[in-house]
Amino acid sequence: MSSTLKKAFPIFASRTERFHYLDSAATGQICAAAAAALLGYETTARANVKRGVYPLADAASNAFDAARASIARYIGIDDANEVIFTSGTTMGLNLLAHCLTAELAPGDEILLSELEHHSNIVPWQIAAARRSLIVRAIPVKKDGTLELAAIEGLLSARTRIIAVAHTSNVTGAISDTSRIAEAARAAGAYFVLDGAQALPHGPVDLKRLGCDAFAASGHKMFSATGAGIVWMNKELAHRLPPFLSGGEMIRTVSLKGSTYAPPPHRFEAGTPPIGACLAMGAAAEWLASLDWTAIESEERRLTRRLLDGLSATAHTTVLGPAGFCHRRGIISFDVDGVHPHDLCQFLGDRGIALRGGHHCAQPLMERFNLAATTRASLALYNDDADIDALLEGLESAVRLLR
Amino acid sequence: MTGMASNSLYNQAIIEEAKAAVGSGTIETPHVSVRCDNPLCGDRITLEALGNNGHLAEVAHRTRGCLLTRAAASIAARHARNLDTAGIEAALQQLDELLSGNKPLKEVWPELAIFRPVASVRSRQDCVRLPLQALSLALAKLGKTSNP
Repeated sequence: MSSTLKKAFPIFASRTERFHYLDSAATGQICAAAAAALLGYETTARANVKRGVYPLADAASNAFDAARASIARYIGIDDANEVIFTSGTTMGLNLLAHCLTAELAPGDEILLSELEHHSNIVPWQIAAARRSLIVRAIPVKKDGTLELAAIEGLLSARTRIIAVAHTSNVTGAISDTSRIAEAARAAGAYFVLDGAQALPHGPVDLKRLGCDAFAASGHKMFSATGAGIVWMNKELAHRLPPFLSGGEMIRTVSLKGSTYAPPPHRFEAGTPPIGACLAMGAAAEWLASLDWTAIESEERRLTRRLLDGLSATAHTTVLGPAGFCHRRGIISFDVDGVHPHDLCQFLGDRGIALRGGHHCAQPLMERFNLAATTRASLALYNDDADIDALLEGLESAVRLLR
Repeated sequence: MTGMASNSLYNQAIIEEAKAAVGSGTIETPHVSVRCDNPLCGDRITLEALGNNGHLAEVAHRTRGCLLTRAAASIAARHARNLDTAGIEAALQQLDELLSGNKPLKEVWPELAIFRPVASVRSRQDCVRLPLQALSLALAKLGKTSNP
């Protein structure tokens, strides 16, 4: 099946040298549908949106609205106007941190977790410093999952926001969102979900996940770089102040003051990355058309193969959940005595694309007492040849580098 | 970068220099202690030094890093005794010329030549610079202390 899916990604046909792409948690390859939407808009249909009245501008605005609707369907949202275009997850989380904390009082608390990407830590820290808020973190268990038993003790009458990742970008551990949503509801706190690693693995149903706000990136779900989304529940979106200002977010401006457009435009200042937004919509449409039962089953099989192979490799320790129920195919490992960058360099030169480093998750590295790990991350286009190449290459690398 | 650049990158000289780990350790009561991090990968060198009249008298380092960083730290420690600001600037210049793919005007630390293959791997050049930057920082810090 993955050979059929591979054909939907132009990069694989374009590579003449050996190429095993196992870095999809950093960025997914662009699918043909998204690439066509991007190129089509930029070369034959380019006009600004929500401004011009001539036919080309009107068509661009319609395509932009259609992309928003496609993404809304992919994340299980009925009202497309609840989807706000951003430049990516980081921008989305900055938006949420800025806007949600605007109504907090000094001493109010934000609960994060130890496994968060820096993009779901630093915006909250900056907001906390600005408004004298307190940031706490849910600890991570040895298996890389959240220690949710500790959540009760971390919540207080001042907890206003809980912000965690749906899926760890380091270990692939999937958070128990229903338990967190329940805790947030009980505490009267907003539940913000970092969905960057969720969308590449199939459609999500945000209503079921129980969050109040959600951020994700287009480039991780096989679209262009430069676009992402935030979803917020309607009541919240209408109440919050703007983030960035100017352009599309304006209703009226006088020298005495300004009024703002309703959401989603209130949060979409300036000209959006239109081509990338259209590409993201096209990617969502294409992804929604796939057989995710079969894809998930294949991803799980490959993940098992990789986990088994790594566990059988000398000096290698895998981080993250051992089972398959609570993880995605994002697998970080440590080879005793071999630095991840040396390993990634060696394997990279042999056509195997991996990521080495702290993965923008230094608190999690600290939790595991590691400076860095090597990460292989799978997506729908990976196959057995990719796993074989990595496992064989790893043996050679360890022989040379250790 | 060509397909097998790592064959020359991970040459025996670099591997052996990394394993030699010259100067690895700590100083009980250092005059200065500095820490340099590589934000790309989280690698870290903690360098302690004793000073004497604007020169380094003794250094020790704890290096948590890749083979390139560890090899560079080992070379840096070998040349640290009596090093002053002008000396480390000359070494950094030599390294930068090497990493730009040019022939250095002056070979102050001949062993740095082992890093010539890193010229073709831009993403790894900071790995090599890190220990020399730590030495530079230590000297700058020594310059600000009253005694050494």
